[in-house]
Amino acid sequence: MKKIIFLTLLALSIAACDGDRIKPDSGITESDVENNGGAMAGGLDDGAGMDGAALDGGKLVSYEEGAINDPENVLSEKLVYFAFDSNAVGDDYVELVKHHGKYLSFNVNASVRLEGHADERGSREYNVALAERRAQSVKQLMIYEGATDAQISVISYGEEKPVAFGGDEESMSLNRRVEIVY
Amino acid sequence: MINMIKKIIVGLFCLSFASMAQAVLKIDITEGFEGALPIAVIPFKWIGAAKEINGDVSSIVLSDLARSGKYLHVDENDLIDMPHDSPDVQYRSWRSAGMDYIVSGSVTLKTDGKYQVDFRLIAILKGKQVLGYSFSATSETLSNVAHQISDYVFTHITGLPGAFNTRIAYVTVQRSKTGSTSRLQVSDTDGYNPQTLLTSDEPIMSPAWSPDGSQLAYVSFEGGQAEIFTHNVRSGVRKSRAKYKGLNGSPAWSPDGKQLAMTLSKDGNPDIYTLNLATNQLQRITDHWAIDTEAVWTPDAKAIIYTSSRSGKPQLYKQDVAANSRPERLTFEGAYNASASISADGKHIAYVNGEGNVYRIAVLELATRSSKILTDGPLDESPDFAPNNSMILFASQNNRKAVLSAVSVDGRQKQRLEFSDGEVREPSWAAARH
Repeated sequence: MKKIIFLTLLALSIAACDGDRIKPDSGITESDVENNGGAMAGGLDDGAGMDGAALDGGKLVSYEEGAINDPENVLSEKLVYFAFDSNAVGDDYVELVKHHGKYLSFNVNASVRLEGHADERGSREYNVALAERRAQSVKQLMIYEGATDAQISVISYGEEKPVAFGGDEESMSLNRRVEIVY
Repeated sequence: MINMIKKIIVGLFCLSFASMAQAVLKIDITEGFEGALPIAVIPFKWIGAAKEINGDVSSIVLSDLARSGKYLHVDENDLIDMPHDSPDVQYRSWRSAGMDYIVSGSVTLKTDGKYQVDFRLIAILKGKQVLGYSFSATSETLSNVAHQISDYVFTHITGLPGAFNTRIAYVTVQRSKTGSTSRLQVSDTDGYNPQTLLTSDEPIMSPAWSPDGSQLAYVSFEGGQAEIFTHNVRSGVRKSRAKYKGLNGSPAWSPDGKQLAMTLSKDGNPDIYTLNLATNQLQRITDHWAIDTEAVWTPDAKAIIYTSSRSGKPQLYKQDVAANSRPERLTFEGAYNASASISADGKHIAYVNGEGNVYRIAVLELATRSSKILTDGPLDESPDFAPNNSMILFASQNNRKAVLSAVSVDGRQKQRLEFSDGEVREPSWAAARH
């Protein structure tokens, strides 16, 4: 079976040439996904796409089932970081979240849990609410890319499950995160 | 996928028969103060028995009174005399030593194995005994008697309700390489005699005492999501009260104990609801796209005070508990004001004030709307008014370790309550001992 593998930097243009199977970012709507989900999965299995290889320092983009476990694939990145007291998905992470959204749209049996976290500053319950909003922001972006509500669950832990304990700015930035857990 | 198997141990301890756990608490008086009443606590005389280490009545009273911020601590070495009965008091000497009150007493082991605790409060300026009580106690209840004496003394002199003979609840967390263990604990108000009500590998948050001191409401993630429970501390029986999709947080008892205010996001945004515990009827109080959370009830039960980000940053608001009532913004100074606790007399709100990277406990006087920052930070949180209106318990960090601290409402008296190990956070002080 051939894989459809796109170079990260070429993904959009290739997708445009290959519009029957993979729509470009702006072209996918929820109804498209519902109507064509099976066709898209078939397209992947047919494998009439391009082979690709990672650019130096780049990551592969493939939405094939199980691609989330490939360390070479962009989908192996599953952490989204946030600015202080913000629930907006930053520019550095929008593409990553979109890739995961597309993965979910192409793999309708896949599901994901988004775990929202906050740093230790401020009040605990407010941080739980803030971290839920972070996870909801990620979820909305995934849904925009064709994932469905049923595929995505959200849980917020606020500041209760830190991963870095230094108390410095770096540690706190590592704790302001949404973990994408398949 | 999610490992849903969580180790949950629900404590079924009967707290009234609590074993005397070893002392785990160290109280540091971190800051001095002015204007407190000079009061001498004379070491009680032990008759027929050696002093019980965990029931050293006069030391417990001394520690309680010092913690209240209203009394000037007198070191045992500075006592000019140690009278154990009213006729022995040399009033003139005490007066010239600048003392206003003396607490004295004795502990007598009786033939039936019980203790008789006698105590007297002597007003030096009045030249007479103003309080005198005799208690019966066992070695297990000596510390309770001591806290009761503290309450009598505190109430007599200040006119405020005493709250030393109740309990505090708090959450401890111990971290290991494989994860962390959270415990919901209950202890005497000085941190002694801790009991564990709940142990979990998942977070436990936001313990809150019912007004009668019989139950705790809290949030537990033991079931793989946030869930609000109420837990009877005497029987160990607990009930799930909210397990909706999304947030289930910030439980707060109404003053009559019949409702819980809580934060739910089941309808899309974090909003505040009230739950009638008898009928399970849920009423939505706030409806806004912003974060609304951390509700507390005013003592008259007519309104709630809560944190909302509707202005862009978290600030405190007050709103009547009625449909379509309008919120009133309470805080304007500082970019971050959250996590309100209201005093039992309804006059003050303690809250977290954040500026830059520094988070401190502040107090707002509702009548004048004037606010004052009480602590130094940098990561102070979870303020909780003591039922005597005069102290605020809060969580802080000391050398990157989470500890509990207390500050008097005027900010003059600060104390650190340091537990032996683990992180200690989210204190809640019961208004009554059930």
